[in-house]
Amino acid sequence: MAESLLAVRGLTKRFGGLVATDNVDLDVADGETLAIIGPNGAGKTTLIGQLSGDLAPDAGTIRFAGDDVTALPAPARSQRGLARSFQITSIFAEFTALDNVALAVQAHAGHSFRFWTPARAERALREPAQATLQQVGLGARADVPARALAHGEQRQLEIAMALATRPRLLLLDEPVAGMGADESQRMVQLLRALRGRHTIVLVEHDMDVVWALADRISVMVYGRVIASGTPEAIRANADVRRAYLGEEVVA
Amino acid sequence: MRSRARMLTLLGGLLVLLLVPVVAALADQPFYLDLFRRIMIFAIAAVGLDLILGFGGMVSFGHAAYLGIGAYAVAIPAFYGIDNGLAQWTLALVLSGLIALAIGAVSLRTSGVSFIMITLAFAQMLYYLGISINAWGADDGMRLARRSQFGVVNLANGYVFYYVVLALLVALLGLGHRLVHARFGVVIRAAKSNEARMRAIGFSTFRYKLAAFAIAGAVGGLAGALLTNQTEYLTPSYMHWTRSGEIMVMVILGGMGTLYGPVLGAFAFLLLEDVLSAWTVHWQIVLGPLLVLVVLYARRGLYGLLPGRDG
Repeated sequence: MAESLLAVRGLTKRFGGLVATDNVDLDVADGETLAIIGPNGAGKTTLIGQLSGDLAPDAGTIRFAGDDVTALPAPARSQRGLARSFQITSIFAEFTALDNVALAVQAHAGHSFRFWTPARAERALREPAQATLQQVGLGARADVPARALAHGEQRQLEIAMALATRPRLLLLDEPVAGMGADESQRMVQLLRALRGRHTIVLVEHDMDVVWALADRISVMVYGRVIASGTPEAIRANADVRRAYLGEEVVA
Repeated sequence: MRSRARMLTLLGGLLVLLLVPVVAALADQPFYLDLFRRIMIFAIAAVGLDLILGFGGMVSFGHAAYLGIGAYAVAIPAFYGIDNGLAQWTLALVLSGLIALAIGAVSLRTSGVSFIMITLAFAQMLYYLGISINAWGADDGMRLARRSQFGVVNLANGYVFYYVVLALLVALLGLGHRLVHARFGVVIRAAKSNEARMRAIGFSTFRYKLAAFAIAGAVGGLAGALLTNQTEYLTPSYMHWTRSGEIMVMVILGGMGTLYGPVLGAFAFLLLEDVLSAWTVHWQIVLGPLLVLVVLYARRGLYGLLPGRDG
């Protein structure tokens, strides 16, 4: 079998005495959607931070598309096709929705030491950005300042910015966090449409979302991956039920 | 269109600046020529600072250093008999830009209060260097024998010099307008808005911030070259930290992150100084509360109070 798109070995991150990521191994095959679940404080966001390059691990390696990227900072990983969304909405609040996405396109369209042509006049930036907004359902909201968008729309904008970098792997940190039922439903539909076309690592609390999207699930507790497998296998796993799922999924 | 109202206001301002020498000549008050030229020179420095302070969110508290480098780049060659303006001003731009590049390369590794302090420290180092070099006037400074020579464009004529400064200010604003809306400016503004997001979408922001820092330094150097010509004198006090503070106040008063705000700020600050200092040496007693009011109530400074809105 060819090497996975993402291969994590022995990844460890400590904050003082707390081991946030404890010797984690993870493989994500090209095209699959892996959901990482686990209780609060299990180290999921810390794991995403290390995968995206925002946090430096204390030990272990991260291989992406065949290369060791462990030492690369976040911008370099983005250039190689790793894109992340943030658990707490992270956008350019005073820019319009289209400006936000066009900036993500710009980051992957040559250097930005250009001092004369207005960026808004560059069709090579605006057109892909508009198409991406359309794709996430924000086509009609292009000229609205990002801060004026509804919470759910801002979350969609996060996804659009990640997609605009043409990633090979999407790291999504709780994409439906803080959403109402309707918004959440729309986001699941959006992510469903991305499945298969993109490789996705999804951290999520909402189990409905996880069952709807995941090809495979890894369960993290206290910084460790205690189980990995298909949704059916995870549902049936006694350890997982005890540690995390509790009684709610028995029914 | 509301942006049209603002456009007209700005054009009105330009018209006033074009007419100042005429009025000064008719009224036989050359003092006003001198005052407005000085204000425009500081406006140039303030626009440069705002590129990093307002647009880029880099709070440099050492901008007077570049003013000083520009001034020395004119005065030292002049001291040795080289008064070619093109050579002097090119040296001012290049030298201040390069020194800003070096200072920025170190300073931009920090942020927040550390960044403010480290830029201040570099400026103070240059200030003390200036006052310790006896050959070049030490803390007394030295007289500039002749203003920079540009052939037929004779800066010794105060009116010619005035229009040169005005043309440079207008050119700077024009270039600045292109820059802040071009890719480069978008990156600078976005890095101020959300650095983590910039990194996540694939930007290494350091090189862009450093370039902006160097550009702002070069603009400061140009202002310094103009300032020595204005006063026909070189003094290390151009680099004193209070001068950095004054330029910063001009930017904040006029409107951070706007192109024309710093120009308004320079006018407000230096006209207030001129009017009030005739009345009391403690004129900053008035400036202080005014600054507080602007910071509290005018989000975009004096520029934000103008009619209309930028498009």
